[in-house]
Amino acid sequence: MSVLSPDSLDAALAELALDPEQHVLAGGSDFMVEVNFDHRRPRSVLSLHRVAELRHWSSNSRGLALGAGVTCAELEREPFALVAPALAQAARTVGSPQIRNVATVGGNLCTGSPAGDLLPVLSALDATVVCASAGGTRRLPIHEFLVGPKRTDLRPGELVARVELPVADGGQEFLKVGTRNAMVISVASVAMVQMGATVRIALGSVGPTVLRARAAEEWFGARGFDPSAISELADRVAEEARPIDDHRSTAAYRRHAVRVCATRAAHRIFGAGS
Amino acid sequence: MSEAISYRLRVNGADHEVADGWLGESLLYVLRERLGLSGTKNACEQGECGSCSVLLDGVLVCACLVLAGACGDRPIETVEALGDDGALSDVQEAFVVSGAVQCGFCTPGLVMAVHDLLARNPEPDELTVREAISGNLCRCTGYGRILDAIARVAAERADR
Repeated sequence: MSVLSPDSLDAALAELALDPEQHVLAGGSDFMVEVNFDHRRPRSVLSLHRVAELRHWSSNSRGLALGAGVTCAELEREPFALVAPALAQAARTVGSPQIRNVATVGGNLCTGSPAGDLLPVLSALDATVVCASAGGTRRLPIHEFLVGPKRTDLRPGELVARVELPVADGGQEFLKVGTRNAMVISVASVAMVQMGATVRIALGSVGPTVLRARAAEEWFGARGFDPSAISELADRVAEEARPIDDHRSTAAYRRHAVRVCATRAAHRIFGAGS
Repeated sequence: MSEAISYRLRVNGADHEVADGWLGESLLYVLRERLGLSGTKNACEQGECGSCSVLLDGVLVCACLVLAGACGDRPIETVEALGDDGALSDVQEAFVVSGAVQCGFCTPGLVMAVHDLLARNPEPDELTVREAISGNLCRCTGYGRILDAIARVAAERADR
C-alpha cells in the first residue's frame, strides 16, 4: 500500500506507468465517499495535489486551456468567471464551499456521473479532453471521453491533464434544478452556448451521460435565433432528453425541468433586449 | 508489500507521527481516532454536513473527504487552534452570546467556516454569508441566530 504525491506531471505519469492500477486522486470529494462507505478499498493512491502544472488555466483569442486540477472554487471566481461564465455558474452549483475548494475539473470528468455539473457546459463548448500517459497524449472530444454512466475512455496509465475549450463569442448560460439551492445533486440541468451562427445545447441528469440536443440546435440556428421561436425550441430540447424515473426525480418532471431551463437560458441569450 | 502506511501530519503547528495507518483513512478519522482531536465532529462522512470542516493548506475543507495519507507536511488547522490558551475566539463568543448554539454538534464546523469567511471577507453581505455556510447543516437553530452571531462578530471586528 502506498500514497505517492509526485511534484510534477512527468513524475506522476512515470509512477502511473510503473503501476497503472494506482488510483489517481484529485480533490477526493467523490473518491472518499466511496472509501468511507467501504464501496472502494484502494490498494495504492497517486495524489496529484503537488502537481502545480495541472492547477493552472490560460486563455487567448483561440481558446482556453483548463488544467485538470483547477478547482470549482477557482472556476466560480473572477477572472475565470469572466472567460467562461456558464462554467462558473455550473461550478457554483457544485456541492458546498468546502467541496468546491477541493473538487476539480478532472475529477468531475473522470467520475463521469450523468449528474456531473460541469459536464453539460464542457459538452456545449465542444471541449477536448487531453489524456496524458508516459507514452504521450490523446485528445478526445468530450463525447468520446464520456462513454456511459460513470464510464470513461480513460486507459490504464492515463490521467486527464487538461481540457481545451473555445472562448465563446456569444452568450452562455447554465441552469440546474434540484431540491434546494445548496448541496444538491442535479435533477436536470441545461447548458446553452452561442458560438457565431450556431447554438449548442447540452443536457445533464437526463440520460446515461451528457446529451446534446443537436436537432433542436440546428432547428433554432436555421431560424436565426428568432426570440419568438424560443417556446418551440424548449419543447424540442425537452424531446431530446432521455430521462428515467429514479430516487431523485421522475422522468416526467425531469423533462419538464429541461423545458423550463431551456426556455430561461434561451431568453437570457436570445430574448428581446438581450 | 506492507499493509500499513506511516506519515507525519502537521496539525495546529505541531507534528504528529501516524504509524500503521490504513491507506483509506480520512483526515477526519485520523484527527479524532488517532490524534485524539475530537473537536472536529463526525456525522455524515460524505461531505454533506460540514461538521468536520478544517483548514488544509489554509483552505476550508471537509476532513471526511480528505485522504489523510496525502496530507503529509501540509498545514492543517482544526477548531482546537482557535482562541488563546483555552479562551473562546471572537466567533465562538458571538455564537454563545447570540444563542447560536443549541445541541452544539454543528458548532465547531460552523465556527471554522465563519473564521474562514471573515478572514477572506471582513464585511460580507447576507447572501455571501448564507452561501459561505451553505455547506454546514444545523438541525436545531433554523440558522437565524447563527446569522445573528456572524453579523455580531463582523460588526465587532469593524469597530475594533
